[in-house]
Amino acid sequence: MASGEGGAGGYIEHHLVNHTTELVENSSFWTINTDSVFYTLLLAVLYIWFFRRVAKKASSGVPSKTQNLLEMVIGFIDAQVKDIFHGNSKIVAPLALSIFIWVFMMNFMDLIPVDLLPWLGTLVGIEYMRVVPSTDLNITFGLSFGVMLLVFYYSFTVKKPFALGYFKEFATHPFESPNLLVQTILAVPNIFLNIVETVAKPVSLGLRLFGNMYAGELIFILIAVLTLNYGMADAFSVGGGVMSIAQFLLALVWALFHILIITLQAYIFMMLSVVYLNMAHEQHDSH
Amino acid sequence: MSINVTLIIQMLVFFAVIWFTMKYIWPQILGAMEEREKKIADGLAAGDRAEKELNQAKAKVDTLIVEAKEQASHIKDQATQMATKIKDQAKADALAEKERQMNAAKAEIEQEANRAKEALRQQVSALAIAGTEKLISKEVDAGKHADLLDDLIKEI
Repeated sequence: MASGEGGAGGYIEHHLVNHTTELVENSSFWTINTDSVFYTLLLAVLYIWFFRRVAKKASSGVPSKTQNLLEMVIGFIDAQVKDIFHGNSKIVAPLALSIFIWVFMMNFMDLIPVDLLPWLGTLVGIEYMRVVPSTDLNITFGLSFGVMLLVFYYSFTVKKPFALGYFKEFATHPFESPNLLVQTILAVPNIFLNIVETVAKPVSLGLRLFGNMYAGELIFILIAVLTLNYGMADAFSVGGGVMSIAQFLLALVWALFHILIITLQAYIFMMLSVVYLNMAHEQHDSH
Repeated sequence: MSINVTLIIQMLVFFAVIWFTMKYIWPQILGAMEEREKKIADGLAAGDRAEKELNQAKAKVDTLIVEAKEQASHIKDQATQMATKIKDQAKADALAEKERQMNAAKAEIEQEANRAKEALRQQVSALAIAGTEKLISKEVDAGKHADLLDDLIKEI
């Protein structure tokens, strides 16, 4: 295991610091989390390469095994999207697929032993990095804000007249009244609630994924701390042996459980995105 | 752990990924799936149609066989009838021929017998003349006694 400088606290902190590149000196905003960007890009390229390879020679005859696998995923997502999304948009289903696969891959980085990639990094001179992009708030918020941008775009264009339809709905839902005066008064709580809802959507979407992955990553790190104070030489000592076995078992159980969590979180992120987009496409009848 | 420009980059990458998926991945694979679905549906429909056609053909064959059997038995009956007719005709012809030939033979025999009788009679009469000549030892003028002789011949 990694060197124990600074003890357990140091080890944990070491694993939770992003490798950053400052674009503008001493500006916390103009900083790139190089590791997150690198891994998301790598995974995006991997995803596109793999799917494109199959899509290019997709045949309507007998499918290859890989095509079969992808068809299973795509068929599943297509069914889910058709179930939830009632609008007419070409973007939603591919968006759902991109989110599901990409987020799943990002989460999957969690299952790679916590020290493997950082250790490989030290070999090429990178001292620390975080390998799970979805434990970076910037990444999860990047995704959820992206979804929200699309939600706004469709809210503005679908609800007629352009933009006004959306703002009208903003003021007249969820509380409504046939009486014009009452309706005008109700606009205050309506607007307040809708602002809260509009803010809560992307924040909860991004935070949910981030929270789950961050917690999962943290637990992997904590499990890894068990053998922190033992070197290779202690592997056969009583303490080292017991700790190694304990770490192995705990990591195994948590990893198995985590397989469920990473899939579930990717699925939830995808479903909520589709639900939000569907809401953006729904034209409320004027009462 | 602070929000920085990474978020913007991630958002842009996100849109790029969506765009690429929408353009180059989703339609191809889903298109192939839908096309296969259609192919399978078509195949099943063709199978159903073929089965129906097969049943129709079977029914048609059955009626054809029945018809052919009827026709065959009809032809057989006709043939039997004709054969009987031809046989009867042949029999009748043969009988008539037999009758004819028998009559002809009978007539010939009769003619032959008459001729023989005639010849015999003449010979007998000649004999009688000769006998008489010898008996009376006297030349009988055949010309003179022709009447007498003819009477004799008739008696014989």
